Amino acid sequence: MPPPRKPRLAVFKFASCDGCQLSVLDCEDELLAIAGAVDIADFREASRAVLEGPYDLSLVEGSVTTEHDAARIKEVRAQSKALVTIGACATSGGIQALKNFADVEEYRRVVYARPDYISSLATSTAIADHVKVDFELRGCPISKFQLLEAVGAFLQGRAPNLPNESVCIECKRRGNVCVMVAHGTPCLGPVTQAGCGAICPAFTRGCYGCFGPQATPNTSSLIVELRRLGMAPIAVQRLFRTFNANAPAFKAASEAATAEASAP
Amino acid sequence: MTERTIAVDYLARVEGEGALKVRIQDDRVEDVQLKIFEPPRFFEAFLRGRSYTEAPDISARICGICPVAYQMSSCHAMERALGMTVAGPIRELRRLLYCGEWIESHVLHIYLLHAPDFLGYPDAIQMAKDYPEAVQHGLALKKVGNSLMTLLGGREIHPINVRIGGFYRAPTVQELRAFRPELEGALKLAEETVRFAADLDFPDIEEDYEFVSLRHETEYPLNEGDLVSSRGVKVPQDHWEDVFEEVQVPHSNALQSVRKGGGSYLVGPLARYAINRDRLTPRAAQLARSVGLPDVVKNPYRSVIVRAVEVVFAIEEALRIIDGYHRPERSYVEPPPFTQARTGAAATEAPRGVLYHRYKIAAGGLIEHAKIVAPTSQNQKRIEDDLRHLVERSLSLDEATLTDACERAIRNHDPCISCATHFLKLDMVRQ
Repeated sequence: MPPPRKPRLAVFKFASCDGCQLSVLDCEDELLAIAGAVDIADFREASRAVLEGPYDLSLVEGSVTTEHDAARIKEVRAQSKALVTIGACATSGGIQALKNFADVEEYRRVVYARPDYISSLATSTAIADHVKVDFELRGCPISKFQLLEAVGAFLQGRAPNLPNESVCIECKRRGNVCVMVAHGTPCLGPVTQAGCGAICPAFTRGCYGCFGPQATPNTSSLIVELRRLGMAPIAVQRLFRTFNANAPAFKAASEAATAEASAP
Repeated sequence: MTERTIAVDYLARVEGEGALKVRIQDDRVEDVQLKIFEPPRFFEAFLRGRSYTEAPDISARICGICPVAYQMSSCHAMERALGMTVAGPIRELRRLLYCGEWIESHVLHIYLLHAPDFLGYPDAIQMAKDYPEAVQHGLALKKVGNSLMTLLGGREIHPINVRIGGFYRAPTVQELRAFRPELEGALKLAEETVRFAADLDFPDIEEDYEFVSLRHETEYPLNEGDLVSSRGVKVPQDHWEDVFEEVQVPHSNALQSVRKGGGSYLVGPLARYAINRDRLTPRAAQLARSVGLPDVVKNPYRSVIVRAVEVVFAIEEALRIIDGYHRPERSYVEPPPFTQARTGAAATEAPRGVLYHRYKIAAGGLIEHAKIVAPTSQNQKRIEDDLRHLVERSLSLDEATLTDACERAIRNHDPCISCATHFLKLDMVRQ
């Protein structure tokens, strides 16, 4: 009797820096074990060998920024039993979603050498804006420990056990001094999803929100505190507009700051 | 009259999305295109209006494989604009962080991306079935590079500890000393890696490259030095635009660089080694000699050996820095305010070669204009030249063999297509 077929894992890339899929190769201690547990069916950054779909688990990195990619993600979905998005680009549109806020008229006035050579949509959007997503791994970049937990969970047919509390909780657990209370350093920890290990406060800098908003973020209270620390409204806007600028809670917070900045 | 087309729709084992098209008419290569279809992300456009302090973290997101390079080039460019000098232990810590990135990036390429070509496997995982020790050594060595970046930068991809003027937090002497045993173990693995690479079989090919890299008075270049070429260029590192220029081609979402009034050139390990081999650390220099590496390596396939030699250098340099380290009183030099508009530019040595940044900053500190030239875009035209020569010599090969050979020729230069693509500034094709 032939052995049962191993689950097929695929890794797909959309607009991104490649860092999140590099996290797979950065699992140095686990990579060969993963490769033993699954058939790596399509992972172009790592292999020339490509197996046909359908795939049991597809990891999707990057955001949708072209018409071609908007069609391609539908094909990926159709080929995938489970689809997990990895990283801020895939879960919120990434840093390139800053173009969603750009003044198109201003851009139009800018003269480019040969704009006709390029094709691109006006927006950068999350994968979940286009197809059903079974689980999202946050972060710019993702945590490789969270990645291992998610892949393991899907192989075992259970839900991934990952926190959705704020960075503050992780920060306390790590025993960090609160950078905002002790040093007056602006910090997005109170509204940002845990998962990174609260590394920025551990290095005495404020969290910059690369894991995106936590489940119930109180951004309006935080904005009051950031303003009290002396941040100008436009600086508050920039703080919410980085790697998860297009995540709804951060988008709303940046728009609130914009409104305050432009108020008479 | 016969026409052949060699096409690879999606290059594997490179970072990012690229394709290759070669058109052959009778016995002549009509056209070679290394196509970059990675979607443009427009970093230079949205850096405008951001604070100069944000450039290191934002520009790092151009590339998850070499984020430190972007952090370093942007910091140096801003510091030049402000007339700041960062010296002593903070400067050393920057070199140390860069060593971590070189180790991680080079070892990734040597074992996981490049070696399978020489040994005939589609990937390192298949290769591990027959060469378990080599792949395990590679993973162990790569992990040391990543651990060094995590120790100093907080995490290996997009480290969080770099700021204009230095670092948010400087490590203690004890924290760095505790890492010494791991680096000593890594040095042995790196020495084996040089021998492993040198024992591979290389096609007997030489290319006539114009090499371009930084050159420093005393150091193998990472953060500082003049821009130097093997054909006589020598300018300060912020004068890249005096000598080189970018051109846009229709088949690619990346701009290509050429020497002004000249042609293609090559940046990266082959160029650094050709120009700076006299600055290598002792063990790295001795190993290069012992495996018979010539003073100038013109065979692109042998770049795998040069990368391995540079890994030995990076580990020796990291050990030297750790041994001489004392913790600075402050982890950064306080930048003065931008009281007037200023421009600053700098180039540093990313694992794949020269990475140039130039920023124009308005009074008050907001970025008005950004220009970023990645190593892969500088090499793109030169890679097309390699391909042209390869196809011209190999016309008798069958389609599949020639296609494989072309893919290999591209991987020799470890192209990072994510890096090469960010630049196209335009954004305006509408839905």
